[in-house]
Amino acid sequence: MAVATEAITVRHLSKTYATRDGAVAALERTTFSVGEGEFVAVVGPSGCGKSTLLKILAGILASSSGEALLRGTLIAGPRRDIGVVFQSPVLFPWRTVLDNVLLPVDVQRLGRQRHEQFGVDLLALVGLKGFERKYPWELSGGMQQRVAITRALVHDPAMLLMDEPFGALDAMTREHMNLELQRIWMEKKKTVFFITHSIPEAVFLADRVLVMTPRPGRIVDDLVIKLPRPRPLDVMTTPEFGTYTRHIRALFNVKGGLDA
Amino acid sequence: MRSPKNVALSVLLFCASVGAWEGLVRLFEVPAFILPPPSQVALALWRGFSSGLYLQHLSHTLLETMLGFIAGSALGLILGTAVALSRPVEFFLYPYIVMFQSLPKVALAPLIVVWFGLGLTSKVINAALIAFFPLLVNTMVGLRSADEERVSLMRSLAASERQIFWMLRLPNSLPFVMAGLDVAMIFALIGAIVAEFVGAQKGLGMLIQSMNFNMDVSGQFSILLILSVVGLLLNRGVMMIRKRVLFWDPSEKERIDQERVSA
Repeated sequence: MAVATEAITVRHLSKTYATRDGAVAALERTTFSVGEGEFVAVVGPSGCGKSTLLKILAGILASSSGEALLRGTLIAGPRRDIGVVFQSPVLFPWRTVLDNVLLPVDVQRLGRQRHEQFGVDLLALVGLKGFERKYPWELSGGMQQRVAITRALVHDPAMLLMDEPFGALDAMTREHMNLELQRIWMEKKKTVFFITHSIPEAVFLADRVLVMTPRPGRIVDDLVIKLPRPRPLDVMTTPEFGTYTRHIRALFNVKGGLDA
Repeated sequence: MRSPKNVALSVLLFCASVGAWEGLVRLFEVPAFILPPPSQVALALWRGFSSGLYLQHLSHTLLETMLGFIAGSALGLILGTAVALSRPVEFFLYPYIVMFQSLPKVALAPLIVVWFGLGLTSKVINAALIAFFPLLVNTMVGLRSADEERVSLMRSLAASERQIFWMLRLPNSLPFVMAGLDVAMIFALIGAIVAEFVGAQKGLGMLIQSMNFNMDVSGQFSILLILSVVGLLLNRGVMMIRKRVLFWDPSEKERIDQERVSA
């Protein structure tokens, strides 16, 4: 195993939460890896520990046992070479769109002057040219989430961690955002670790889909998606696409973990 | 609401009630030391202002109020921040602060006048003591109310606690702080007047007291009128600042939108 080319390495990772009814295993002996530049989606029902996994990778939650590495080094806290996108945009209403995008630059003192133009260019890339001086509350939900994605890219991180980033959007906007994300990913060539509970979304976006089942959260399948890129939305109606989604859905039915 | 028709109606309503007051007092021959007619109040107001008497006392009360407001707010902000950020401070200090707050401040005013004299200092201190608590509580709650997800975001960016405070918690607390300032402004005025009642050489509160001794009821009415207008203007002043600072706050936007719709 060539560790240097792996963006994410996770070995026997477990996380248990102490609750009033005793310890609950959110994640149990999970092992997988993500290659540099790869788009990997984790799909699973709510409560299967996928958000726990992302928080550990983001360095804002400590694991109970096992190890997680980013680019060969152990995760020991928040890191500056990742960008995180949450389910809600988490924008600061007192900052303009551009100032929100530049938040990582401010926090990490990377120099506003050097990054401002980059922020403006990124906003143009996600289709928000001319919105720099607007405030978040003047934007629609889909546009706000695009600002959040731009913010995750502005400090030029090696990888993106995305926690159900389009979960709160309506179906039409969501499809559009999936297309946009694919386009951005193909242009920026970042490693993306994408969490979702939508099977079609996972298959549509990812090079590989990790299938997780809950209680305790563990990965039951690691599926390579061999659909040519760029994938149009129509790809969802092809038989190959259907084979992938049926396969994943069957895994949940067997495990009894499908809650939707 | 602010259509020309409604403005006209509002003015009409005001004139009608003042007219009714005047008419009834004259009709039933109510003595002026019980309820003076508005014409007498207006006369007292005119005399008070043209002689320069009111302005002199008004400016003194305003000075006390503003100094008390500034001192009390600053104290509330600092203590509120300390309580919000430090568990030990909260544990050891907060119970006493609450005990102090449950004490009726009016009962404290005589003591403060004894300690700090009849001059400006005792009034400022009394105003500050009353004004500080709303700031303390609101700052405390505001600083602690930062959205968990926003904190997570800051942490994921490897932000220090100091950065989380300045970039997130502080701006996030501003709606609460501004609401506290709103209340504190009026509280400071009350504090100043109460202290003047107890013992003062200058100020509108002292003037009311001396008019009371002289049975000058129309004079008292005229000062009550001044005080309510002053309270209104001070409140408006804070609201104007609030609108500037909190242009991004949902409740503030709602208010602006409503004004836009009704305009």
